[in-house]
Amino acid sequence: MLEVELRKRVIVVEEIFHEGGPMATKPLRRAAALVVIRNPFAGKYVDAIAGFMEDLNPLGLEMANTLVAALGGDPKAIEGYGKGAIVGQAGELEHGALWHVPGGYAMREVLGGAKAIVASTKKVGGPGTRLDVPITHVNASYVRSHFDAMEVGVADAPRADEVLLALVMTTGARVHARVGGLKASEIKGEDGLR
Amino acid sequence: MRARIRKIITFVEETHTEMGRPVKPVTRRAAAAAVIENPFAGKYVEDLTELTEIGEELGSLLTERAVGALGIPGPAAESYGKAAAVGENGELEHAAAILHPKLGTPVRKVLGKGAALIPSSKKRGGPGVSLDIPLGHKDAAFVRSHFDGMEIRVNDAPRANEILVAIAVTDSGRPLPRVGGLTKEQIKGEDGLR
Repeated sequence: MLEVELRKRVIVVEEIFHEGGPMATKPLRRAAALVVIRNPFAGKYVDAIAGFMEDLNPLGLEMANTLVAALGGDPKAIEGYGKGAIVGQAGELEHGALWHVPGGYAMREVLGGAKAIVASTKKVGGPGTRLDVPITHVNASYVRSHFDAMEVGVADAPRADEVLLALVMTTGARVHARVGGLKASEIKGEDGLR
Repeated sequence: MRARIRKIITFVEETHTEMGRPVKPVTRRAAAAAVIENPFAGKYVEDLTELTEIGEELGSLLTERAVGALGIPGPAAESYGKAAAVGENGELEHAAAILHPKLGTPVRKVLGKGAALIPSSKKRGGPGVSLDIPLGHKDAAFVRSHFDGMEIRVNDAPRANEILVAIAVTDSGRPLPRVGGLTKEQIKGEDGLR
């Protein structure tokens, strides 16, 4: 059991009304919850790191709940999600991979058993590094209108011995989605794909 | 609304530790930003009244969003700042028209007071340009613990014909301030300086 030492918490909410086309009847909202924590494995190679995933569970749940609240409070209104991590330079990419399970399961749990895999990305970087967090539909990965991404970052993080963890949720399709493919209204939502 | 708004983004940042030392109470700051169409992009226009009126609208809208994101009543805010980034087809003077003549009064109305000058910055730039919003105590500009800045950016704004306008509000000063000067407990808050 390692302590999760939190330095910063950042919430970003975007409300998108149009992108040069007609004004959306319901604006698209995207939110990101970011936390900056100390990397307990920074500066050395540690083989047994997997136990830290469990230590991150409460933080994941808290971030997922924060996102639902930031987007209006109704888990049913959440249609897209994604996650990511930026590992400070004294850490390894593998430390970012520790976020897959706690981040993903936290969002599924809060959203009442979302079916689709949570799209993700990660990298090593310095303070101010930006991360394009991929976003897909929560119940069916192939829904084309919901393929999206949200760029996130924090000016002073991650420091060398830190990790920045990100969760992202959205309330719908891209604001002027019109390139066809599987529609959200057509999904079965059983296998997480279609 | 005179402003044609494409996006509204809010950012909330909380600092829990600094150099491993707990920050108690946690310092919190928020910024609200709007991406608007620049009605004067691509041409020289002498009379910038339309932008000053847009500034007045955004003064209340963005301040309400920022204090709402912090979850505090307006009068509980301690410091503030404002900034704008003009897309490449606009002039720095367009940012000045939004920020300086009329934006401040509605900001102060939301915050209850605001005897001090609202610190500001402006620039011209492309999508993703960073804005460093200067921060100062809202009733006494000389409060040293509250000299600060908040970096924000929006990856897809400002486009060439847009302006990104931001207002930042805090409920606190820097984490662990210890460089002396006037403290917030010592202020009179009458002349806006001390």
